[in-house]
Amino acid sequence: MLGNGIILECRDLRKTYGDRVAVNGVSFSIRRGETYGLLGPNGAGKTTTISMICGLLERDGGTVVVDGKPMSPSAVDAKAVIGYVPQDLAIYPDLSARENLRFFGQLYGLSGKTLSARVDEVLEVIGLADRANDRADSFSGGMKRRLNIGIGMLHSPRLLVLDEPTVGVDPQSRNAILDTVDTLGGQGIAVLYTTQYMEEAERLCDRVGIIDEGRLKAEGTRRELVALVGQRDRIALSAQGDLEATARAVSALDGVEQVNRHEGGLDLFVKDARRMLPQLLSTVANAGASVSAVEVVEPNLEAVFLHLTGKALRD
Amino acid sequence: MRAALVIAFKDLRQRLRDRSLLIFGILAPLGLTLILNSVLGGTDGSFMPKLAVFDEDQSEVSRTFVEDVLGQLVTEGYVEVTPAASAEDAENLAEKGDVSAAVIVPAGFGQAVNSGQPAEVRVVGNPDSPIGRDIARSIVDDYVREVNGVRLAVALVAGSGGEASDPAGLAQKAVQMPSPVTLNLAESEDRQLDTKTYVAAGMAVFFLFFTVRAGVMSLLEERRQGTLARLLAAPISSTTIVVGKSLASFGFGLLSMAALVIASTVLLDAHWGDPIGVAALSIAAVIAAMGITSLVASVAKTEEQAVGISSTVAVVLGTLGGSFFPVSQGPAFLAKISLISPHGWLLRGFGDLAGGGGVGDVVGAVLAVLAFGVVTGGIAVLMLRSRGIAR
Ligand SMILES: Nc1ncnc2c1ncn2[C@@H]1O[C@H](COP(=O)(O)OP(=O)(O)OP(=O)(O)O)[C@@H](O)[C@H]1O
Ligand SMILES: [Mg+2]
Repeated sequence: MLGNGIILECRDLRKTYGDRVAVNGVSFSIRRGETYGLLGPNGAGKTTTISMICGLLERDGGTVVVDGKPMSPSAVDAKAVIGYVPQDLAIYPDLSARENLRFFGQLYGLSGKTLSARVDEVLEVIGLADRANDRADSFSGGMKRRLNIGIGMLHSPRLLVLDEPTVGVDPQSRNAILDTVDTLGGQGIAVLYTTQYMEEAERLCDRVGIIDEGRLKAEGTRRELVALVGQRDRIALSAQGDLEATARAVSALDGVEQVNRHEGGLDLFVKDARRMLPQLLSTVANAGASVSAVEVVEPNLEAVFLHLTGKALRD
Repeated sequence: MRAALVIAFKDLRQRLRDRSLLIFGILAPLGLTLILNSVLGGTDGSFMPKLAVFDEDQSEVSRTFVEDVLGQLVTEGYVEVTPAASAEDAENLAEKGDVSAAVIVPAGFGQAVNSGQPAEVRVVGNPDSPIGRDIARSIVDDYVREVNGVRLAVALVAGSGGEASDPAGLAQKAVQMPSPVTLNLAESEDRQLDTKTYVAAGMAVFFLFFTVRAGVMSLLEERRQGTLARLLAAPISSTTIVVGKSLASFGFGLLSMAALVIASTVLLDAHWGDPIGVAALSIAAVIAAMGITSLVASVAKTEEQAVGISSTVAVVLGTLGGSFFPVSQGPAFLAKISLISPHGWLLRGFGDLAGGGGVGDVVGAVLAVLAFGVVTGGIAVLMLRSRGIAR
């Protein structure tokens, strides 16, 4: 396990809440120094998967091995390897940034000069050095988020697990967070990163797993995933009118491979968007729909998600 | 263990910062002690006990007591004295509640004192006026002590005539000499603390439940804040988390009890008695408060519910147990009922200590209070085990 450079290996993870299956047989692994993204919409099972990986949640099935150590809620050794950044803020509002960092650092076994030095370093990285002694409840949302991340990376973990760390963050903080994760990835730390944002996954991740309804639908590098869609372009049509009839008419056209209807219009996968467009628009008009916008999109992870699940990542 | 201490100190820092420790642990109980104490007339002199006095003896010695000792106190405005027609008359007045206490100097008192025989002064208390009775008792007590001092001095002088060369033997004689005058108290139950100490003990024990609660509830707070997930992800066992929280609660409780014992002693001149006994009862009290509060916390569905239920439990147990009024002075059934509450046992124990008892006298109370804590805390731990601390 150690020899092949794998830091995290999950196999066939399962978790059920009542009769709702939250995670349904998820398997993947992460190598040292690799940044792995879990891309999926609300309720896909990202947080549940991560909770099992970090030993917060008892699994209904499957195995998790971290740095060669089996993970479970009582596996202290395995937990020491991971730096965990929860999706919801997990900081003490009545303690200062420094006190928050010191407290969790001590729980991970840091002390004395090492602890102080690490705390100062992290404060610098998350851009809170000048607010280190202010209480966390005096921070802006973005600053709290950055502190939340800082706590996770404090003990220099070999695997950093971040659960949607940019949710509800202003663009400036978001950029800072992405830069930080990017840098850490470059330093040889393995990162598991969940997100609903295709751009974040594309920018940060060496490999991406696409998760929906508790299942891993596909997995690979960006290039590998895009290849799943084939050499096809995506056309996003915003249209009103009889969309059902329109979808039927459009599907019949030569070169149209897939049509997904949603409230505001249609999403199509076609062979060659540029050549198809005039014929497509007249077919739509004949079917009784009026087009308000057309967008031609080159293949990306969003398109992959749509292709795999028939729905958009976010509404 | 180190991690448990780290958690305990973090909690201590938080509780000091939100001042809950200061408010519930020290200011509220101390403030209420001061207020209740002055309402009950302990210190400001607005309460003046009436005593019915009957001197059956009519000797030199008894007249000294009635005229000089009591007379002086009347002049200084500490007590009112009503002469009674007979011993029965005096007792009737006390029992009807017309006076706080009856003081009866029986026939033969003076002669007994003069001949070095045991003699007694009777004090019959009015059950509704423990303070008046206490005052009467302490007056008589002082007098008895004084007479004994005189007797002892006389005995020493008398003895020294023949055996001046043997001071050691003389001292021994003095010690062996029977105490010639004794105080005869007509009350059946004698567990009552003096008012100041009683009020201080009642408030300390009552607020202990709120002080300790801040510690116990912090686990729920961590869950709400999301920090519990982080604690669970850290390389420490969930037992360590619970131990850390418990240490913190225990520390808050002891800190508060110690502060109140010291503050009431210094500010109010309360007399708690044997320090080891007080420490033993305090520790038991903290454990009981922790157990009961933990049980409430583990039964409650939400944090708000836990706070609400635990407040109610604290008030009910405190009232039943006598935190607000001395139940042992009320009807007998109230005194009995008070023992279904740890407060009842605690106040009884503190009463025994203040009345001069030692650790040995409060072993029963300590064990009873510990039992409350161990049983309720045990159930809470089992519930926590079966459900996990995550939810
Ligand atoms: N404690 C719980 N009790 C019951 N159901 C739960 C619980 N936690 C999660 N679920 C359900 O499990 C499914 C997966 O939830 P999960 O939180 O893992 O999704 P997610 O991918 O993290 O979503 P999001 O992007 O919104 O955070 C959802 O249907 C959710 O309702
Ligand atoms: Mg989530």
